[in-house]
Amino acid sequence: MVLGVTVIASGAQAPATAPTGNAEAGKRLYEKHTCFFCHGTAGQGGTDGARLAVVARNLQSFTRYVRQPSGRMPAFTDKILTDQEVADIFAYVRSLPAAKPVKDIPLLDQLRR
Amino acid sequence: MARATRRGVGRRRFLKGAAAGAAALVASPALPDAQTASGPQTGPSRQPAPAPSGALAAAETSAPSKPDVYTTDKPGSDFMADVLKSLDFEYVAANPGSSFRGIHESLINYGDNTKPELLTCCHEESSVAMAHGYAKIEGKPMLVMAHGTVGLQHASMAVYNAYADRVPVYLLLGNIFDVAWRRSDVEWTHSVQDAAAMVRDYTKWDDAPVSLGHFAESGVRAYKIAMTPPQGPVVIVADAVLQEEGITAEDRRRLRVPRLSPTSPPVGDPEAVAQLARMLVAAESPIIVAGRVARTPAGLTRLVELAELLQAPVHDGRQFVLRMNFPTRHPLKNSGSVADADVILALEVPDFFQLTHRQTPVNRFGMDAALLTKPGAKLATISAQELSTRNNYQDAGRYNEVDLAISGDPEATLPTLIEACRRLITPDRRRALDARGAKLAEASRRMRDVKLEEAAWGWDASPISTARLSAELWNQIKNEDWSLVSDTTFVSHWPIHLWDFTKHYQFIGWSGAYGIGYGAPAAVGAALANRRHGRLSINIQCDGDLNYAPGVLWTAAHHRIPLLTIMHNNRAYHQERMYITDMAARANRDVSRSNIGNELADPFIDYASLAKAYGVQGIGPIVNPADLAPAIKRAIEIVKRGEPVLIDTVTQPR
Repeated sequence: MVLGVTVIASGAQAPATAPTGNAEAGKRLYEKHTCFFCHGTAGQGGTDGARLAVVARNLQSFTRYVRQPSGRMPAFTDKILTDQEVADIFAYVRSLPAAKPVKDIPLLDQLRR
Repeated sequence: MARATRRGVGRRRFLKGAAAGAAALVASPALPDAQTASGPQTGPSRQPAPAPSGALAAAETSAPSKPDVYTTDKPGSDFMADVLKSLDFEYVAANPGSSFRGIHESLINYGDNTKPELLTCCHEESSVAMAHGYAKIEGKPMLVMAHGTVGLQHASMAVYNAYADRVPVYLLLGNIFDVAWRRSDVEWTHSVQDAAAMVRDYTKWDDAPVSLGHFAESGVRAYKIAMTPPQGPVVIVADAVLQEEGITAEDRRRLRVPRLSPTSPPVGDPEAVAQLARMLVAAESPIIVAGRVARTPAGLTRLVELAELLQAPVHDGRQFVLRMNFPTRHPLKNSGSVADADVILALEVPDFFQLTHRQTPVNRFGMDAALLTKPGAKLATISAQELSTRNNYQDAGRYNEVDLAISGDPEATLPTLIEACRRLITPDRRRALDARGAKLAEASRRMRDVKLEEAAWGWDASPISTARLSAELWNQIKNEDWSLVSDTTFVSHWPIHLWDFTKHYQFIGWSGAYGIGYGAPAAVGAALANRRHGRLSINIQCDGDLNYAPGVLWTAAHHRIPLLTIMHNNRAYHQERMYITDMAARANRDVSRSNIGNELADPFIDYASLAKAYGVQGIGPIVNPADLAPAIKRAIEIVKRGEPVLIDTVTQPR
């Protein structure tokens, strides 16, 4: 699935009734439901999908975007992903590590002008 | 590589200076004796069936009414070779085929297997795609030979790529026109009324000569047409009887090879160009969009000159990067936006409409197209597209409403445009343009920093990120004279973002028609062109693409073509599985089944072993990014010895 960054980053807090996500289950679902096709196995994003790692901050906005995305991402209705599964994927995405700074990667740092 | 031994045939050449392209008269040697005389045969049987022993005895003891002819020192294919040599082909790519066996033999013996030298190919699609890649580096066609039927059927997709990419390829097809000369079922099924018909929708020109003189004239004309922008593939059919029968005495006296007279490229109407110059110089936020601009190094130089004169940004490639048009680290590269532009100039952009509109994506129902440009923005084009149109295949792109459309070759028209702009720029305007340029340079620098930050995400991931793969490659080739002989679309254009492309030969661009199977053979062809220049050729090779015709690896090994192939092995036809996910989601169905029919797994393909089987050194599979650098180092050492090598790297989807 292709998740847009801007919508995910905004929105209200998840309601108290929102399911609690399980990152381990989310990792399996992330792969099974093809999220990595566009967002990469590390959530790094690319030409086909936005970066997810260290972006998604709010389950409610995340769920809203998964159900009614903008851009090129297909809509994943509750017939495809339950709210619990979306919460699990959200938990997994939240667990993905941040990238190292460019200055700490010599091959990239040398490319700075 | 093996080369034919010269067998004293040079003295029999018709043309002494053919390779130099000069016209020459065919010598008029005395007619050979009856044992070697040739000509159309009219006897009742050219290939007698076994006769009864009595008849055989009679045949052996009595004089025949017409003597059998076994040899000739001047088959028609020798003259065909003279025609082809006059066109200065360096190479001829072919998978062998009986319908062109005459010209095959003439090229290797009479022609001494030099200019052109025969390249042994394992598939006709590989032959044409090799020619495609070669032309993008060398700027001229490679000769390709194929059966007029089964060979061309194999080759047709590669011909379509070359056509859509406006690249010259010269196809010579064998065929047996005359039914009486077809000796078997094979020769019937390999013969055709109109061989070129199969590809006529996507070639520039073809002919089927009925005489050697006709072959000479059309053979030279075909080259001229292929090379005249808009360039494209051409087809000449070589009749097998013309190839194999001896040249008649009359033909020996009169045959000659016409001189090639190249056609200058079409240049845009000067008045229209002057109008365009006024638009560009007056514009506050112009954008130049580059498609297939730089046919030659001069195209790149001229585009840089125009951009710097106007201090206008150049958008070089959106979904695909079509040519090496513009230096990748130039401060005017890719800044500015279509939405903010007041003048957008598209130079040989095949689907300009997509650039100026947002269409409903595949994940929605219906189709709308919303204009992206701001009110009052002016659109202009310079393109030779309308000079070579076809009805059937839809490579024209959607019709775009533009304010000024100039028909002509952009590379050839740019000098006129540059001079017209230069004349209009006053000192005040110069200062304003320079101020704009400074802002664009700053924006370009910021975009570059963003790309470096994006490259850091997933840096240590396994499968290996395509950014990491590209950066590791760059680190080891940056001080070499390198050339990227593959496309960058499927690796998210990371080489374009990270490498410092400055020269025309450093990138061959997109396939033209998205016909998968182009990558590997185009890389081999381009690497062959790079070989004599001593360049280090790099091919980032998609796994799905290689599996169409992997035998081209053997061709690279056999002909000692130095080439570093590094696999982008995402173990899938990845674009298609994304589409299936779209379709499943649209239908509210299980997206997890999208891999079915799209994955290249269970079992995984071992590309290092595949390479080894073809005589190419294979390294990998590499799954840990930390193992990349030593593998690349070792591979470069192998390539520098003049050999091809393949590194299998298991990578992220894009």
